Amino acid sequence: MNSVSAYLRMVGALIWKDLIAEIRSKELFGAMLVFAIAVILIFNFALELNIQVQSEVTSGILWVTFAFAGTLGLNRSMAIEKDMGCLDGLLLAPVDRSAIYFGKMFGNLILMLIVEAIVLPVYSALYSVNLFQPGLLVVILLGSIGYTAIGTLLAFMSVQARTRDILLPILLFPIILPVLIAAVKASNGFLLGLEIADIRPWLNLLIVYDTISIAVAFMTFDFVVEE
Amino acid sequence: MIEVCKLIKRFGHKPVLRGVDFRAESGEFVVLLGPNGAGKTTFLRILASLSGPSSGEVRIAGYGLPRVSGMVRRIVGFVSHQPLLYGDLTAEENLRFYSRLYSMDKCKTRIAELMALVGLDVCGRDLVRNYSRGMRQRLAISRAILHDPELLLLDEPYTGLDQKAEIILDRVLQEMMSRGRTIVMVSHNLERGVKLASRIDILAHGVIDYSKSRDKLDADMLAALYREIIGAENSGLS
Repeated sequence: MNSVSAYLRMVGALIWKDLIAEIRSKELFGAMLVFAIAVILIFNFALELNIQVQSEVTSGILWVTFAFAGTLGLNRSMAIEKDMGCLDGLLLAPVDRSAIYFGKMFGNLILMLIVEAIVLPVYSALYSVNLFQPGLLVVILLGSIGYTAIGTLLAFMSVQARTRDILLPILLFPIILPVLIAAVKASNGFLLGLEIADIRPWLNLLIVYDTISIAVAFMTFDFVVEE
Repeated sequence: MIEVCKLIKRFGHKPVLRGVDFRAESGEFVVLLGPNGAGKTTFLRILASLSGPSSGEVRIAGYGLPRVSGMVRRIVGFVSHQPLLYGDLTAEENLRFYSRLYSMDKCKTRIAELMALVGLDVCGRDLVRNYSRGMRQRLAISRAILHDPELLLLDEPYTGLDQKAEIILDRVLQEMMSRGRTIVMVSHNLERGVKLASRIDILAHGVIDYSKSRDKLDADMLAALYREIIGAENSGLS
């Protein structure tokens, strides 16, 4: 078996393992979903928005919800690897260690997208806004890739620390800011029906950020997990 | 199989290993004894390529660490303090997952064989989180030898095992020895070490203080020396 197929096999095995474990425990998914819906409900009752203002703040509320719920998911996903020393088991595998990063990143991304797929109809129903627009869905996908790409790397960095639950958001939010700003601006553009030319710079920023985040993680992951 | 020369490992400014020289030939069974905090686990983690040396040379089967750690990981099995298992997967799923990491084909037969070997074949479909400590340790042993490693590193593998499980582990180790595998086992149990090993080493003060093959071993002298080292460490005289 060549090294590329061994690499892909390891990525696939990690995703399979994370999904099977999550289907059994529902810990990660449950925490993320309950938290996301609670945030939306709090915004709904706290702001008492009129229809005009609602459409302008929708993207902001959505991304705050995704970002906070995502942090919970990243922390929990890494805690599973620390429990019973499983991270060492992964590091002992005879493939390039970046495969561990990609396996965990795609596992986190899938869970985040599932939570988002449930949050969107709930939000649509509460705020009477149609969020099922192809452009908006592309923005959510790009934003989620950028978020999990950098979030997974930082989660691996903070997992060794005793204060990992606090450390991750402190490290993550300043670095993830360009993704959040671009995602909010691009989502807002689609919701307000702006021309694609006005939205394109934000979409480009998202694509560039995603590419750079994944490249940086690929190049630095070995050093991040080194003892 | 293993060549270690002037190995130094520091955590921050604190040196844990202060120039370890160690050698193990293929097929040897080395038991590494030493007091708490002597650096035995750190030494094993470096051999397993889980930790990098601060300086010095480490070669496993001719491959230098940490430069070609991928090749080393292919031939090393590691039983750690922790079982390295996922609680939300069944025992069989855990082994299937690890077999994929090692790109093993036809893993089904191997998994069934190992589950029977460690006496867990009847509860292979139970979640690991419901296993007792001893059962987890037995499964951890089968995880470590799943890919039939040439070098097996064991960090106090008898901890938490009942008498039946100890016999199973003895059998596993003897079977690996009979096939010419190299074993390095960290232990506190001098008696067991003398019984199993082809060589006994003592790691203390961050260096190998004592090294003798079993046929040249004076058990009483070793016991006295070991007590002296442990006593000195415990009383802070070292």
